[in-house]
Amino acid sequence: MAKVKVVEQITKANDQIALQNRQLLDATHTLAVNLMASPGAGKTSLVMRTIEALRGRLRVGAIEGDTASQVDADKVATTGVPVVQINTGGGCHLDANMVRPALHELPLAEIDLLLIENVGNLICPAGLALGERINVVISSIPEGDDKPYKYPGIFTVVDAVVINKTDLLPYLQFDLLTFRRLIEGLNSRARFFQISCKTGEGIAEWAQWLADKFEAAVGDGVNHT
Amino acid sequence: MHELAITEEILRIAVTHAERVGAKRIMDINVVIGDLSSVVDDSVQFYFDFLSPDTLAAGGTLHFRRITARLRCRQCGLEFEPQSMEWHCPRCQALGGEVIAGQEFYVESIEVE
Repeated sequence: MAKVKVVEQITKANDQIALQNRQLLDATHTLAVNLMASPGAGKTSLVMRTIEALRGRLRVGAIEGDTASQVDADKVATTGVPVVQINTGGGCHLDANMVRPALHELPLAEIDLLLIENVGNLICPAGLALGERINVVISSIPEGDDKPYKYPGIFTVVDAVVINKTDLLPYLQFDLLTFRRLIEGLNSRARFFQISCKTGEGIAEWAQWLADKFEAAVGDGVNHT
Repeated sequence: MHELAITEEILRIAVTHAERVGAKRIMDINVVIGDLSSVVDDSVQFYFDFLSPDTLAAGGTLHFRRITARLRCRQCGLEFEPQSMEWHCPRCQALGGEVIAGQEFYVESIEVE
C-alpha cells in the first residue's frame, strides 16, 4: 500500500469554470456581483432598488437564482433590464456551471453591472465562486443579530455586508453595534451598509459604492449614460 | 443536494490521482474539512457508499480530519478558538478576529495499491 499526496481543493472544478465566467465578463467590461442571503432577507428588493438607483448611470442586468419558479425574474423584468432566471431544481446554491449558460443568454456587451441573486441560503453559496468580482451578504433585522455566530463562513468571505429592513429597528431586539463589531472583527475589509428597501434609506450610498467598484474594476472611466 | 456534488468531486479527485500513479485500487481517501465549511461527514459517507462501487475506490474508506475554527485577534494578536456565542478575545476582549483556521476543504492524500 502506498500513500499518494494529493492536496487538491474540492471546489477546484467549480473554480475553473468560475474563472472562465470571469474572463467572459471581463472581456465585455461587465462587473458581476454575487448577492447572497437567507430567504426573505430582501435580495430581490435590493436588486430592484439598485436598478432604480443606478438608472442612467450604469446599465444593469440580473440573474435570479431560485430552487423553483420564475417569480423573481418576472418582478425584475418589470424594470426593463435584461434578466435570466436559473432554477436549481431543489439545489441549495448556484454554481459556476449553472451561471455559464445564463451568461450566454444575456447581452453582456450592453451590461455594466450584473447582479446575480443566489439561492436563499447562508451556508452553501459562500464556498462556490460563480465568476463574480464582488461578494455581498444581505442580512435583515428580523433575522436577529446572531447570524454571524451561526453562519460565520459567509461573513468572512464577502466584500460587503448589507443589513436590510432598518425601518424595523424600533420594533425588534437587534443589537446593531455588536453585530457590526463582530463583522469588523471577522472581516476587516468588508464594507457595511445599513439600508431599508422599504424607505430607501442607505440605497444611494450602496449604489454609489457599486458604481465606484465598476469604475475601478472595468469602467476605465467610460461614462455609459 | 450539496453533499452529493461534493462527494462526486472527492471521488473524481481520488480516481484522477490514483490513475496518475497507476494504482489498481484506492483503499483510503483522506479529506480535510474545516468546521466553518459546513459539510456533513455522514452525508458525504452515505453518498460515497452509493457512488464508489463501480470505481477504483470500491470498498475504500473515507477519513475526515476536522479542523477547529481559530481566530487571531486584530487588537492584540492572540490566537483563540471561538466558543458558541462567545467570540471575544480571552485576553483583550475585542470581538471576533481574522479567521486563521476552519475554512479548509480539500483531499489531502489517498492510500492506494
